[in-house]
Amino acid sequence: MITLNINGKNHEIDADPSMPLLWALRDIIGYTGTKYGCGKGLCGSCMVLMDGNAVNSCLMPISAMQGRALITIEGETENLQKLQQTWTDLNVPQCGFCQPGQLISATALLNKNPKPSEEDIDNAMARNICRCGTYQRIKKAIQNTAEIKIKQ
Amino acid sequence: MAPIKNISRRHFLKNMGLASGGLILATSLSSFSHLTEDHLKKETFNPNLFIELLPDGRLILVASRSEMGQGIRTSLTSVIADEMEADWSRVTVKQATGNAIYGDQNTDGSKSVRNLYQSMREMGATAKAMLISAASKTWKVPETECVAENHFVIHTSGKKIGYGDLVSTAITLDIPDNVKLKSSKDFKYIGKELPSIDIHDIISGKAIFGLDKRVPNLKFAAIKRCPVTFGTVKSFDKTDVLKIPGVIDVIEVPRIIKPFGALGGVAVIATSTWAAFKGKEALKIDWDYGANAEYTTNTFITELTETVQKPGKVNKSKGNIDQAFTKGDKLIEHTYQLPHLVHTPMEVPNAISWVKDGTCEVWAPLQTPQAARKEVADYLGINQEKVTVNVTLLGGGFGRKSKPDYVVEATILSKEIQGPVQVVWTREDDIQHSYYHTTSAQYLKASLDNSGRVTGWLHRLALPTIKSTFQPGANYPLGGEIGSALNVPYDIPNMQFETGKADAHLRIGWLRSVVNIPNAFCINVFSDELAYEAGIDPLEFRLQLIGSDRIEKTKEKFKYDTAKLKHVLKKAAKNAGYGNSLPEGHAIGLAVHYSFFSYVAAAIEVSIVDNKVKIHNVNMVIDCGVVVNKNSVRAQMEGAVIFGLSLAYYGNISTTNGQVEQNNFNDYKIIRMPEAPKTHVEIIESESAPTGVGEPGVPVIAPALVNAIFKATGQRYRSLPLSKHGIV
Repeated sequence: MITLNINGKNHEIDADPSMPLLWALRDIIGYTGTKYGCGKGLCGSCMVLMDGNAVNSCLMPISAMQGRALITIEGETENLQKLQQTWTDLNVPQCGFCQPGQLISATALLNKNPKPSEEDIDNAMARNICRCGTYQRIKKAIQNTAEIKIKQ
Repeated sequence: MAPIKNISRRHFLKNMGLASGGLILATSLSSFSHLTEDHLKKETFNPNLFIELLPDGRLILVASRSEMGQGIRTSLTSVIADEMEADWSRVTVKQATGNAIYGDQNTDGSKSVRNLYQSMREMGATAKAMLISAASKTWKVPETECVAENHFVIHTSGKKIGYGDLVSTAITLDIPDNVKLKSSKDFKYIGKELPSIDIHDIISGKAIFGLDKRVPNLKFAAIKRCPVTFGTVKSFDKTDVLKIPGVIDVIEVPRIIKPFGALGGVAVIATSTWAAFKGKEALKIDWDYGANAEYTTNTFITELTETVQKPGKVNKSKGNIDQAFTKGDKLIEHTYQLPHLVHTPMEVPNAISWVKDGTCEVWAPLQTPQAARKEVADYLGINQEKVTVNVTLLGGGFGRKSKPDYVVEATILSKEIQGPVQVVWTREDDIQHSYYHTTSAQYLKASLDNSGRVTGWLHRLALPTIKSTFQPGANYPLGGEIGSALNVPYDIPNMQFETGKADAHLRIGWLRSVVNIPNAFCINVFSDELAYEAGIDPLEFRLQLIGSDRIEKTKEKFKYDTAKLKHVLKKAAKNAGYGNSLPEGHAIGLAVHYSFFSYVAAAIEVSIVDNKVKIHNVNMVIDCGVVVNKNSVRAQMEGAVIFGLSLAYYGNISTTNGQVEQNNFNDYKIIRMPEAPKTHVEIIESESAPTGVGEPGVPVIAPALVNAIFKATGQRYRSLPLSKHGIV
């Protein structure tokens, strides 16, 4: 059995230890908000927070995830919730499939860097693909979130 | 029991506004009765299939088209709600299953709003009229003393009654024949910025895309398909596969020889997607590669290029092109080469199928749920009434999800294992086994007189046609594939359009904007080349080429207005500061194109940094008639810029010996945030009927970029993607 701490709750699962976290989340535990997009760590659709950092869950075997604090799009952390609000205000999503991954990457960025420059945002978000092309709004949403936080 | 007359078939058909009523008359009576029975049980007000008002005031509106990011679940239903004077916060949107009773559900061709706007308005207005009538009966006052406003009917005396409270009376009323539509100045939702009805589910991870659908006892499947299109399995060894934990079974999938049939291959059934993927990798298959094993795109594009140097089949001719070329003071000719592309929606093709007791239920992201229903029924040999196709949200579509081959695959496997199965394509499968956007070679030749006026224009293209997917062996394009080149609105006395022969060796399909992509590229780039040859500014030259304000002759109901075409071009140039002094080394390129009955222009400002192009901004202008949702239109234009830049920079599917060489997002690259330019969008105010939005933004991007690069560098790129030229 492997124990995974997801969104503050422990889940004991009986699965191949080499199974990537992505598939344990989606097919075993039932957190389908984390998406499969490429399976090779190239698109960022599967991003989750691991101890506050954004990681590609499609590359992370569950055996290495024990004892980690994992947060998915269904979870709650301060920056994620603030970003979700600005995402709504700016109507960021189109199809929406990549947006959980985008939000997780943005959360990790603001966790580390509360006042990111445009270049910081570009660098942090370069791991995520949006085929619909919502980058301009994503960037604006991150900037607005950071500004709102600073004002508070 | 409420009378069935208020959902009468006559009115239903009328409200649908269907041209193809014959089809419905022939097939839908039984399903129609079934639906009404379901509705009547709930004692709700259903003036038609798209509206359901509950006694507690909740309003359920049906979206018959598929949501893939274009906002259609919000747009179409907001049109009903507006005319109905409904409170948007009381609305929930129900997705229609695939069923001909909803009329055409094909979500492609940028036509959902274009084709359904009027019907949706009439349906909403009809419901409103009936609610007013119900209130007037309740109060015993004339209808003329009642108005509807925000989910209430209000009497001149000031008393009001909620829509929900009118349900029991409204369901007894006849459906009125002629209802008055609102004046556009009174619109509450149409033309405004309603956010997507699904946004909260999307940002919280609760939205259910096809891949997220779960049913009890669901098994997962991955399929290994032949690396060469239409190749077949000779033999396979599943020994190692069955040892993988989680793998349940290995099943050969037959090829179904139909446009949307399964490609065939070998499937691994497992308890998780991961185990299915691992099993697929471990499969050892001996393939018969078949007839397409010689297909090498490098060789093929050379052949196409040779084809278009020679006279082809003449599709359209005016004046005398040979004479124009003989007399011309200057002759210019160039050949352009465009590669195959693939859609890569973020959500890969996937479907759940569950065959049981002579029925089948499907859950899948589908642009064409009715086609899926037909394919499943055909495969199982059962009546379509026995097949339920549930449409999930689509994680992008771009035309890929118009082809339900993946639903057929899931159905084959569900029948075999006697239970529900979800077929999941890997990203590599998606890139290597798609219905590809065509490749083409296009030859353009023009004559100029000594004042720089174009006197002759010849356009000759050769491309593997979409028709080949439906009619194997077809090797000349369909009308729709050449229309944008055939009908180029240039005021030139001598013009000719020709096509050359081209065989297809991949499944050829439609991808967002379809053949407008290469056609608009060639027309816009060649026009720009001619401007420099003529020594005239490209904007001025282009406006001269389009010529006078006039309505071009086409067979379509939408008028092709050259004034609108020029207007968007001038606007884009103006918004970009075209003609103003720019920072050192900067240059603006322009392109304009009419497609899906909309007019779009782009102005792209670039400079060259370390021998690579840098885009400073993109200005988009669209005239798409009446705008239902400004937010969606702007988003589609912003997205079109990224889609267009992705194909301009990187888009290329190549093959060697029939096998696609690209694998994943490492070698089929998509624009990422650091490369994404600032985009400004202007939407032209218009009272004309709404036209397309999802697709017409894409075709102008690549040519505007190439034109800008030329202006900045003097270097002209006549083939895509630009990555092969080292400029990006």
